[in-house]
Amino acid sequence: MTASVLYDAPGPKAKVRNRLYAVGGSLAILALLVFAVLRLDAKGQLNPELWDILNYANVRTNILNGVLTTLQVFAVAAVLSLVLGVLLAVGRLSDHKPIRWLATGFIELFRAIPLLITIYALWVLFLSYQSELGFTGEGTQFWALVIGLTVYNGSVQAEVLRAGINSVSKGQREAAYAIGMRKTQVMTTILMPQAIRAMLPTIISQLVVTLKDTSLGFVITYEELLYTLRLMAQNTTINEQDTYLPLIVAGGVIYVAMCLALSSLATWIERRGRRAKTGIAVAEAGQALTAGDAMAPIDGATTPGPVDKTKE
Amino acid sequence: MNVLLDHLPEFRDGFLGTLALTAASAALALILGVLIAGFRVSPVPPLRAFGTAWVTLLRNTPLTLLFLVAFFVVPLILFPGVSPFVLATLALGFYTSSFVCEAVRSGISTVPLGQAEAARSIGMTFMQTLRMIVLPQATRTVIPPLSSIFIALTKNSAIAGAFSNTELFNVSKLLSDKGFAIGWIFLWIALAYLVITFTISGIFRLLERRLEVAR
Repeated sequence: MTASVLYDAPGPKAKVRNRLYAVGGSLAILALLVFAVLRLDAKGQLNPELWDILNYANVRTNILNGVLTTLQVFAVAAVLSLVLGVLLAVGRLSDHKPIRWLATGFIELFRAIPLLITIYALWVLFLSYQSELGFTGEGTQFWALVIGLTVYNGSVQAEVLRAGINSVSKGQREAAYAIGMRKTQVMTTILMPQAIRAMLPTIISQLVVTLKDTSLGFVITYEELLYTLRLMAQNTTINEQDTYLPLIVAGGVIYVAMCLALSSLATWIERRGRRAKTGIAVAEAGQALTAGDAMAPIDGATTPGPVDKTKE
Repeated sequence: MNVLLDHLPEFRDGFLGTLALTAASAALALILGVLIAGFRVSPVPPLRAFGTAWVTLLRNTPLTLLFLVAFFVVPLILFPGVSPFVLATLALGFYTSSFVCEAVRSGISTVPLGQAEAARSIGMTFMQTLRMIVLPQATRTVIPPLSSIFIALTKNSAIAGAFSNTELFNVSKLLSDKGFAIGWIFLWIALAYLVITFTISGIFRLLERRLEVAR
């Protein structure tokens, strides 16, 4: 249903009324913005000197380093979580009961616990065994963050992949067995490629969540983008004022830009997949799974698979 | 074992704190989310644009950054000395409202075309159509995604613990600072979260069953 089904094509009266609402609505939104700006101005937060710090060379270098650290954590965690996701998905679909139970338990446990708690517990754990594990300096926080992200997002990716594998039509698997392929061959050459292709938009949407969650490094004092910003905001004072506002705004723009870039990639792949006439249908870039880093942790079975439009 | 028994009051406070935060921000998110979803399908272009901007912006911002905004910028705009609970509720509620909005919007699009057309043909306005015909029927399809959104909200509320709120993450931090083994703390905290998330999904499953109709 398109939005326009909800209302008639406006006649002359409705047009005037809609225009009135438009003006009223815009004014209300504008008023809120102006109020915020005025209040900030009254507190001296819009002082040009305050915003000038974004031009300082060392502030810029720090922000750049923060971005690079964030991207580094994201890259390592993304790769590891995809690998773990594949392993767990295969494990959950395994024919051997113990493996299936182990994978299911792992997935359900770590999906149900807040990521922050996992990361924090890992950090404390790593700190107490620092010398045995051979971590130095930042390494402790880095690995706590990366492994926390991997465990959580790996579990979610596993569920996504499982939904993808289950959505591959039965004939594919049966045909593969019929020509004498082994279980591993069927999984690696028939099921997995189609599942990944089908779920690629959802997988990338989950990667956006991973990217956003790297900001949890803030809590365990890992110097990624957010923590860097906070540290600078506390330490840089202009006219006896901390500089939270300009730095938070700058950080927000950077985060939104990075996430938007990644999620528009997902949308693009989804559109491309929908145009293709062959192969398995592609899932929506979708809210369903990204809807807040979350699916019901209890019934993974309800994970929506892609709609197979090729079925008659 | 001892960690839980010796510090039962702390655990109880943390548990109640998480519950209160989740409930308050869920209410805020629900109200805001439905409102913004209404904006997004309305016949007034500026409101539609506002809705789209709201969702895009909030969905692509890390929640931790929103917490920073809530704790360091919002007090400047409103008034200083707002309690951390209110600020955390604002951050969580606003963040979650964008997900609620998307769920409601996709719920609206699952209501059969004929319903809205029939409503219009008997002369209902946009507001009437949405309020009396479309939204009540959309509720049924919105319930399952809402359940997972609220479970995510419960888990996200852990971040509030890092911003001087008393809740479960805060308790785990407190106790591990006191030198208790992190393994046991982790286990008990995880159990507490499981209790909350199981309850939420149970309630929603009940709701789902009650609202079920044969179509």
